[in-house]
Amino acid sequence: MSTLTDFATRIASGEIRVVDLTHTLDPDFPVIILPPEFGQCARFRMEEISAYDHRGPAWKWHNITMSEHTGTHFDAPAHWISGRDLPRAAVDEIDPADFIGPVCVIDCSDGAAEDEDFELTVPLIEGWEAVHGRIPAGAWVLMRTDWSKRRGAAYLNMREDGPHSPGPTPEAIRFLIDQRDIRGFGVETVGTDAGQGSHYTPPYPAHYYLHGAGRYGLQCLSDLDQLPPTGAVLIAAPLKIKNGTGSPLRVLALVEET
Amino acid sequence: MTHPLSPPPRKDPQKRSVSPTRPPEVRSRAALHLTAAAAEGRFALQRCADCGKVQYPPRDACSACLSTDLPWQDMAPGGTLIAETTVQTSPRLYFRERMPWRAGTVQLDDGPTVLAHIHGDVARHARVRITARLDQSGQGVLVALPETDTPNMEDDPLMRALSADPKHRRVLITDARSAQASALARALQKAGAAIIFAGEPESWRPYPQRAELEALGVQILPMDVTDTASVQKLAGEIGGKTDILINTARFLRPGGVLDRGDTGFARDELEVNYLGLMRLAQAFGPGMCARAADGVNAAAAWVNLLSVGALSNARPFGAYSASQAGAYSLSQSLRAEFRPSGLRVMNVFFGPTEEDDWYQPLPPPRVTAYALARSVVDGLQRGLEDVWCGDIAQDLRDRFRRDPKVLEREMTLGGEGA
Repeated sequence: MSTLTDFATRIASGEIRVVDLTHTLDPDFPVIILPPEFGQCARFRMEEISAYDHRGPAWKWHNITMSEHTGTHFDAPAHWISGRDLPRAAVDEIDPADFIGPVCVIDCSDGAAEDEDFELTVPLIEGWEAVHGRIPAGAWVLMRTDWSKRRGAAYLNMREDGPHSPGPTPEAIRFLIDQRDIRGFGVETVGTDAGQGSHYTPPYPAHYYLHGAGRYGLQCLSDLDQLPPTGAVLIAAPLKIKNGTGSPLRVLALVEET
Repeated sequence: MTHPLSPPPRKDPQKRSVSPTRPPEVRSRAALHLTAAAAEGRFALQRCADCGKVQYPPRDACSACLSTDLPWQDMAPGGTLIAETTVQTSPRLYFRERMPWRAGTVQLDDGPTVLAHIHGDVARHARVRITARLDQSGQGVLVALPETDTPNMEDDPLMRALSADPKHRRVLITDARSAQASALARALQKAGAAIIFAGEPESWRPYPQRAELEALGVQILPMDVTDTASVQKLAGEIGGKTDILINTARFLRPGGVLDRGDTGFARDELEVNYLGLMRLAQAFGPGMCARAADGVNAAAAWVNLLSVGALSNARPFGAYSASQAGAYSLSQSLRAEFRPSGLRVMNVFFGPTEEDDWYQPLPPPRVTAYALARSVVDGLQRGLEDVWCGDIAQDLRDRFRRDPKVLEREMTLGGEGA
């Protein structure tokens, strides 16, 4: 049996579990909020074209509108000023082989439950590696915070001094890129950076360093608690948008049942 | 003395809702000026420019000297009821349903004798105040009121029909996040509104007025005027008990065409200010029209809050003004579409507001939320179609009426060159 046939058989038999890490595209799902004089991220919207009625008797369909960065979405290097001059920085130019790869999940859910500004640090990553082994080159690293279980105002957790949600320190992101050569970094919050990430140097270090190094981001992931720390494979293929800086997408994980 | 209105009993679910009927609508073109004045709460008649005679009914040539120069002027309201009758039957359905009906002739202090509806508190041969109101066909009619206010006089069935009084009515404020929402809720409560609902977009974003609205007992329900499904959902839930809808949803950013450089904010302005109005009307309009004769708390009015920039583009809010002009034009279509039901469309025009952050760099005067709320309630109580709140709105209205081109030129000055 070829590898792919074997793979398909194991998915059909349930030996390989497919986990959906995607939030439903819902008009009421939070998006990132910027100061109001800046351009804003469009919310997901859906308008009926017809619904088996006078506008189209036998069919129902919708027009949808959203931002490249609405809902569960992929960030390409071109999203950030640090990555704008890189080759293959837009979603339509990225090598499709990059969309499938191994994934390491660092569980920060206890810390995030206690501290909404919880930081993923280098010592925490090293501690995780001491248990689960070294993060392989080309891996996705996902920061599990169980933030995807939050609803309503608790998700952005916006206060007068801005949103409060966990994220990586500048050093941690540099470590993952420089020392571990990761493919990308994914989170359950609205951005790869912490809610208060604008107060680091550089501001928004995850965006700045990841995209400056040609790495990718995944945001608004859900159900990371369904993944093992290592061993799963992530499928994250953005829409092929010409010069797109990102894209809503369906993120799937393949988990081998033991 | 008028008997005070009691809160209406809950609706008998076995009874069919009464279909709206209407008084006669047809008028001469000349007579529509009486309607136009009544639409903003003024009582006006023609006074001959040549011989000074006040005309009634409105006409194309002076009844004394045949001059055709008959400008409209606001009239002194005073008069004396000289004859009256109580109509017991009528071929018009509208009046049949409301018999008996009091009507009479009033000798105006300004000259002519006019035909008027007569308030129940007016005694025979008494001194009266004439006021012009819009009836349920949206046409101006004259009403003889007691010379001084009497208790509960607004509760007279005649006055309920000639107004959209919030008393005992259920009001929907479409956007709870609006800087004017809590002031509106407070004013409506003071005016006796039975329930105040408020639509809340994006409950995942906190905003300071929420606590205030909650403290006032406003029922906050999810709705975003840019999300069709959410508008349809709320209309499905409370559309059948929305008697007055006040559209407070507004997207505002400074900038015209060139200083923006893209269509992002313009799209938001159209989504909220223009398409939002359309979505609300498509979802709530049919139900409100169907309930326009539903007793004491019949659906009565649709209120749009519009920037006076809708009349003539107001920089530095050029693109925003364009969206307001669109909403204004749409409100006129709505008026025509609601007309057969008798549901009123009231537009409240205003200039820069005190509470909206985007007007912060502009010099005073600015309209406070309190003043705007008072204008809304006053307009509803008087059944108006056009309300001009604040000095800037009134000034622009007057200049627009004098010469729209001159106003446009003044509003589009390029600044002194070298």
